[in-house]
Amino acid sequence: MQGLLNIPFIGDHILSLLIFLPLLGAFVLLFLKNERCIRWIALVTTVVDFILAIAVIRGFDPSVHTMQFVERHPWIPSFNIQYYLGIDGISVLMVFLTALIGWICVLASWTAIDKRVKEFNIALLVMQTAMLGVFCSLDFLLFYIFWEAMLIPMYLIIGVWGGPNRIYSAFKLFLYTLAGSILMLVGMISLYFKGGGTFDIQALMNQSYTFQFQVFVFLLFFIAFAVKVPMFPFHTWLPDAHVEAPTAGSIILAGVLLKMGTYGFLRFSFPMFPDASKFFAVPVIILSLIAIIYGAFLALAQVDMKKLIAYSSVSHMGFVTLGLFLFNKTGVEGGILQMFNHGITTSALFLCVGIIYERTHTRLLDRYGWAAKLVPFYAFFLFLFSMASMGFPGTNGFIGELLILMGAYSNYKLYILFLLFGIVLGAAYMLWMYKRVAFGAAVGHGGGHGAAHGGTHPGRIKDVNLREVVAILAFLVFVFWVGFHPMDFINIMDASVDHLLTQVSGGHALVAEVLVK
Amino acid sequence: MIFTIKDLLSIIPELIVAGSACVLLLVDLLISKERKACMAVLSILSVIAAGVASYWLLGADFMGAKSFAGMFELDGFSTFFKFVFYTATVLSILLSFHYVKEEDINLGEYYVLMLFSLSGMMVLASGADLLSIYVGLELMSLPIYVLAGFLQNDVRSNEGAMKYVILGAFSSGILLYGISMVYGLTGTTELSGVAAALSDPSVHVPALSIAIVMMVAGFAFKVAGVPFHMWAPDAYEGAPTPITGFMSAGPKAAAFAVMLRVFMEGLQPAYEQWMVMVGVVAVASMAYGNFVAISQKNIKRMLAYSSIGHAGYALLGVMAGTEEGIASVMFYMAVYVFMNLGAFGIIIMMRKGGQRGELIEEYTGLARSHRGVALLMLIFLFSLAGIPPTAGFMGKFYIFMALIHRGMVGLAIFAVLMSAVAAYFYIRIVMLMYMREPAGEFEFARSKGIYYALFITTVGTVLLGICPGYLVKLAEMASVIM
Repeated sequence: MQGLLNIPFIGDHILSLLIFLPLLGAFVLLFLKNERCIRWIALVTTVVDFILAIAVIRGFDPSVHTMQFVERHPWIPSFNIQYYLGIDGISVLMVFLTALIGWICVLASWTAIDKRVKEFNIALLVMQTAMLGVFCSLDFLLFYIFWEAMLIPMYLIIGVWGGPNRIYSAFKLFLYTLAGSILMLVGMISLYFKGGGTFDIQALMNQSYTFQFQVFVFLLFFIAFAVKVPMFPFHTWLPDAHVEAPTAGSIILAGVLLKMGTYGFLRFSFPMFPDASKFFAVPVIILSLIAIIYGAFLALAQVDMKKLIAYSSVSHMGFVTLGLFLFNKTGVEGGILQMFNHGITTSALFLCVGIIYERTHTRLLDRYGWAAKLVPFYAFFLFLFSMASMGFPGTNGFIGELLILMGAYSNYKLYILFLLFGIVLGAAYMLWMYKRVAFGAAVGHGGGHGAAHGGTHPGRIKDVNLREVVAILAFLVFVFWVGFHPMDFINIMDASVDHLLTQVSGGHALVAEVLVK
Repeated sequence: MIFTIKDLLSIIPELIVAGSACVLLLVDLLISKERKACMAVLSILSVIAAGVASYWLLGADFMGAKSFAGMFELDGFSTFFKFVFYTATVLSILLSFHYVKEEDINLGEYYVLMLFSLSGMMVLASGADLLSIYVGLELMSLPIYVLAGFLQNDVRSNEGAMKYVILGAFSSGILLYGISMVYGLTGTTELSGVAAALSDPSVHVPALSIAIVMMVAGFAFKVAGVPFHMWAPDAYEGAPTPITGFMSAGPKAAAFAVMLRVFMEGLQPAYEQWMVMVGVVAVASMAYGNFVAISQKNIKRMLAYSSIGHAGYALLGVMAGTEEGIASVMFYMAVYVFMNLGAFGIIIMMRKGGQRGELIEEYTGLARSHRGVALLMLIFLFSLAGIPPTAGFMGKFYIFMALIHRGMVGLAIFAVLMSAVAAYFYIRIVMLMYMREPAGEFEFARSKGIYYALFITTVGTVLLGICPGYLVKLAEMASVIM
C-alpha cells in the first residue's frame, strides 16, 4: 500500500484525497436511489479511504517530529489564510483511527438504519471528511471550519436517526459544543493578531506570548476542548447524546469526537501556551480525577447498557486528560495511546450495544442475562472488549493505563491512589455489566428478576453474523496489537511527543513535578 | 451649477435605472394583466444594463472623483454596494414572478417601484453630501412604504406599511434635525468639509453629541437596530414575501453603506462619540433580536428579528471604525443578500394555494418528502446561524477579525455567545424539517424565476463560504473611503 505514495498525484495530495474522498462519495450518493447500492458505495468509499490511511501510516517516518505529507496553498490571501495540511506522530494515529472507524460505522448501520438510508450515509461521509480534516489541518481557520462543520452532520445523525428523546439530545449536543467552540474562535483571532498575523499553527507555536495573554486564550480554548472531551463538569451532554444516537453515531462520538478535545490540548494549548498549561495543570488534573471517580460511580449506577458505557467514557477520558497534563513523557504518551485505545475499545462496546439492541430493542441490563447461553460468540466478544475496557493485562487498556500510572507516580505519588481506585471501580462496573448481560437470570431459568418482564423471546435471538464479526474483529485486532506490542504505536508518536515536551518545557521534561510541589 | 459631461457619465447607472423605471411605467399601460411577467423581465434587463454600466465605469478615468459639485461620489465603495443592490433586486424580482400571481397583485407598478427604490439606494451609496444622502434615503424609502402595503386586502400588510410610514417619517425628521445641527456646527453639508471642520476640537461641543445621537437614531431606524426596530417585525410580516426579502437585503445594505460613508468619512474626527452610541445599538440589537426570535411562530417574523440581530453584527463592524471594519460590513452585506434571500426563496416556494408557508410549523417534515428543498433551506439556515463552511460564517468571522483587531475582545465574546443563541432558532427549523413527521402533503410554487433565484443564492452561499478570497479582496480594495 505504500506504493500508493509513489504515484505522482496521489503521493503529493494524499491528505487531500484522504479528506475529500468521503465527500466525493457523498456527492455520488446524492444521485443514487437504490438503497443497496448506496450502502455499498458508502462502504467502498470508506474502505478505500482506510486503505489511503494505511498508506499514510506506513509511509510515515516516525523518526522525525516535523509535519509530513505537507500540502500548502494560499486560500484567503487577504488574511494570510492557507489551505495547509500535514500530520505528525500524534495526528497520524488519530487519522488512522478515524479512517478505521469510518467503514465500521457504515457496516454497523447496515441493517440498523432502514429509513432514509441515503441521507444517513451522506451524513456519515460528510462527517468523515470533517473529522479527518480536523486532524490534518495545520491552519487554524481551516481547522476551525472542519471542527464546526462537523456539528451539522452529527446534529442530523442524532436528531433524525436517534432514539425517542433524540431531538432534545441533538439540540443539547449542538448548542453545548457550539457555545464552547465559538469562544475558541475569539481566542483564535486574538492569537492571530498577537502571533504576527497568521493562522499557521506552527508559526503560532514559535511565538512567545505574555503569561496574561496565555491564560486568557488558554481558558477560551479550554472551554471548547473541555466540552468536547468532555471533562467534568462539562460532560452532561455526553450521556444524552450517546443514549439517543444510533450505533454509528455513538461509535463516531466515542471513537473520534471525544478525541478532538484532547487533540486540541496537544496541538494548541500545550505548544502555544506552555506557561498557562503548566499553571492550570493541577486544576485540570483535579478535574480529571473527579471525572475518573465520578464517572465510574455514575457508570456503576446505570441500568441502561449504553448509558453505562457513556459514563465509562467520562471516566476513561479523565485518564487521558490526566496523563496529558502530567507533562512527562510517560504520561503524555500514555494519554495519547489511551486516546487511541479508548477509540477502539469504547467504539467496540458501543458496537456491541448496537448489535444486541438491534435484536432485542432494549438496552436495559435487566432484560438481558441470556447472552452467554443464547449468543455465545457475542458474549465472548463482549467479554474481550470489557476486559480491554477495564485494562486487563494483554489488552490495549492495560498498556495505556499503566503508562499513565507510571507518569503520575513520577509526578506526585498520591495521584496513584485515586487512579487505582478509579481502575478498581472500572473493573467493578464492567464486570457487573458483563455479568448482567451474560450470566444474569436468563429467561427460561425461571425466578430471575429479568425473566419476570423480559419482553423478548430469547429463542429467536441470532448470534453475531458475518458482517458484525468483521467489524468486531477489526477492533479486536487493535485491542491485542496494542496490548502485546505497544511499541509499534508508541514509536510512531515518540519523536513528536519529545518535541512537544521540548516546546512545553524548554528542554526539561519534568517541569510539572516542580510545579506540583 | 453647471454639469459637465463627466458628471452625467458618472451617474449613468442611476440614470438607466431611474429612466427605465419611468419608461416601464408607460410600457405597463400597453401590457395586459396576464402578461405582466414581461415587466419583470424588462426590469431585470434594466438592472443588468445598469450593472454593465457600473462595471464599465470601474475603468473610467474619473473613477474615485466627485461630481455635481461634491454631491455625488463614484468610487469603489459605492460600486461594490451597487452590485450588492443589483443582486438583491434581481433576486427579489425573480422571486416575485410567481408570488404576485398567487397573491393577485400582478401589477406593473410593483416592479417599477422596486426600480425606483433601487435608484434611491444607488444615490445613497454614492452620496457624498448630507443633502444628496437625504434625497437618496427618501427615494429609497418611499417606494418601499408602498410596496410593504401592496397586499391591499391583507390587514397585516396595511398595518405594517402604516407603521413603517409613520415611524419612517419620524426617523427622517430626526435624521434631518441631526443633519441641520451638523450643518450649523460645521457650516457645510459636504462630508469631506464636515470632516475638515470637525478636526478642530473647538467644534466638539455638546450640540455635536446631540447631532450624532440623532443621526445614529435615523440610520439605526433604517437598519432596524434596537431600539429603533419597532416597525421591522410588522412590516416584514405584512409585506409581500419577496418585498420582505428585498427590504432585508437591499435597503438594509444601503443604510449600512450610507452609515459607513457618513460616520467614517464625515464624522471620523468624532469617532469616540459615535462609536459608543453605535456600540450600544449593536449590543442591544444582537441581544434583543436573537432572544426574541426564539419565541416567534411566524417564519417571516422570526427572520425579521433575526435580521435585527444581523444588523447588530454588522454594526459591530461599523463600530470598529477601521478600513478592515468597513470591508467586513461590506462583505457581510454581500453574504447576507445571498443567504437571506435564499431563505425567503424557500418561503415563497411554500406559498401556494391554501398553504401560506408562513408558520414555522408548516415546515414540519419537509425533508421527508422534498429532500432538495429541505437541503437548500438547511444550507441557508446554517449560513444564517454562522456555521462553517457557509458564507454566513465567513461574514461573521470577518467582523470578528475587525473587532478583535481593534482590541474589542469583550464585545467579540458577547457577539459569539449571541450567535450561539441565534443558532437555536435556526436549527429548530432544521429540526422540524428533518426530525418530525409531516402532517400533510406539501405544495410548491414552481416557477423558473424561483429556480434561478435559488440557484444563484445557493451558489453564492456555498461558494462565498468555501472560497471567499476574491470577494474579501474586492471589499478590501473598495473600503478606502476615509
